[in-house]
Amino acid sequence: MTEFEPLRAAIGGALIGLAATLLMLLNGRLAGISGIFADIISPGTRERSWQLAFIAGLIGAPLLSALAGYPLPVPRMPESWAAVIGGGLLVGLGTRLANGCTSGHGICGNALLRPRSIAATLIFMATAIVVVWIVRHGMGG
Amino acid sequence: MPVIIAAFVCGLVFGCGLQISGMTNTLKIQNFLDLFGTWDPSLAVTMAAALAFAAPGLWYARRRGRPLVAARITWPSKNTIDPPLWIGSAIFGVGWGLIGLCPGPAIENLVTRSPQIAVFVIAMAIGATAIDAWRMRAQRRITEATSTT
Repeated sequence: MTEFEPLRAAIGGALIGLAATLLMLLNGRLAGISGIFADIISPGTRERSWQLAFIAGLIGAPLLSALAGYPLPVPRMPESWAAVIGGGLLVGLGTRLANGCTSGHGICGNALLRPRSIAATLIFMATAIVVVWIVRHGMGG
Repeated sequence: MPVIIAAFVCGLVFGCGLQISGMTNTLKIQNFLDLFGTWDPSLAVTMAAALAFAAPGLWYARRRGRPLVAARITWPSKNTIDPPLWIGSAIFGVGWGLIGLCPGPAIENLVTRSPQIAVFVIAMAIGATAIDAWRMRAQRRITEATSTT
């Protein structure tokens, strides 16, 4: 069980929306994290400097919160290395193929009411719900 | 330099948002997806709040046209709902449900120095690179085909 904390969920969400707005308003770029990450490691990219800075900020955020007394706890991960590697591969393959993830399609694209992003969000939500159902309830769980 | 500082600040605010909302917690994501079990609606509230800010924000930025720091604005140009979009989204959904991590929280969680997170992010990089390599090969094949005819 995890506790439903609507206020924290809303404040965090507002900050995410604010960050996406700021990146577009200041730098004219969409806050799609899978794209930013994949572009950095791709040899063809020409915008690596701001992309690295964005990722540095993302990783730096928990260091800031740790100073304020709220360190980021280590998340629970599967025991099996095969599941960890398989999960990472699927997320990398899928988001690159679909040109976006929960940030690029789920937040920015949906905010702009782009049909592509609305379709992507419905599909990854639906498949993830089915996968969690199979893992937790469908396999004798 | 101002572009880099602006990007860093945006990443910082984004990361704080993910941590405060609890989206860095794999269990919280999986509980959101577990509609018929221990359902935790947090992600829906986070997404609604993010959209409430990003929708007017991005619309205003588009209307304004010129960004405040960088020289020009870029918008996604693809508009078709093609097989790569829905196949890719379905593949991503499987990985997301299985582990409870999407790219942003995965990268942010590197700071916890969990070996599992590091391996997950490396696997993510390999997956993305594989798609890039496959697309480049397909592109080369098209160029070769058109140059021989």
